[in-house]
Amino acid sequence: MSVLTELAVGESLQPVTLDPVSRLDLIKYAGASGDYNPIHTIDEEAEKAGLPGIIAHGMWTMGNLSKLFTPYYEEGFIEDYTIRFKGMVFLNDEVTLHAVLIENKEEKLNFDVKATNQDGKEVIKGNVAFRKA
Amino acid sequence: MLTDSIGKRSGKVKNIVERGAVKKFAEAIDDAHPIFICEKTGRQSRYRANIAPPTFPRVFDYGVIEGLDLPKKGLIHGEQLYHYERPLLVGEEIHCYQEVHDYYERNGKSGEMGFLQIKRYGEDSDGQLIFTEEQVVIITEAVRKGMKV
Repeated sequence: MSVLTELAVGESLQPVTLDPVSRLDLIKYAGASGDYNPIHTIDEEAEKAGLPGIIAHGMWTMGNLSKLFTPYYEEGFIEDYTIRFKGMVFLNDEVTLHAVLIENKEEKLNFDVKATNQDGKEVIKGNVAFRKA
Repeated sequence: MLTDSIGKRSGKVKNIVERGAVKKFAEAIDDAHPIFICEKTGRQSRYRANIAPPTFPRVFDYGVIEGLDLPKKGLIHGEQLYHYERPLLVGEEIHCYQEVHDYYERNGKSGEMGFLQIKRYGEDSDGQLIFTEEQVVIITEAVRKGMKV
């Protein structure tokens, strides 16, 4: 695995495509996070809320996106993590995680990060500031 | 109504970064990395302990902001920010509270929308800040009518 701090500006981390979103993924996240909003797990409740079906927790997607940086905790840590929720993630969607280095400062690395669906549409996007150890 | 809530905050609530909760959370985002869950890896790491994933503070109890009554349904999570002074260590005590940071309204494509900013804080036992979290919650016109804001 390459060392994060050796990445050049403009270079990306290897994108990761997640398995298609399953109902069990969202049930597990509801239990682990304590967010039991039924639009994420119960079809009828999602429909009542005007949605075509259950949608993933935005925080599930944000949690997944952070794992691009997990192998690098010996080199530093995520100091700032900012996300804007742009679109919904539905069952069976195939989400891909992306991070590109946009700035390499003495004390930190700044990345643009995003998650896209199988149509290439952004579902979340934002920034990670990784503070060097 | 919500504008009047700006600045209101909850009391501090003691939370523990529980090992089992961190493991369950890491597994739920399919990120069961040894730095989060393997005790030996944690001890040998530069943190001398296992750490929690950056979005883990969702699990904590931040206490209740008196007088802030939000509807259970129809809220849209618009933005989420975390700032860390250092990662959270498994097993440590974190003292959490939250406040209404701001509220404003803007015209959007689905009518006049309210933007509520809630800021949350996590401190160690000595009162040193470890992290802050901010969320922007969007309250649509339909939902606002229901709550008579």
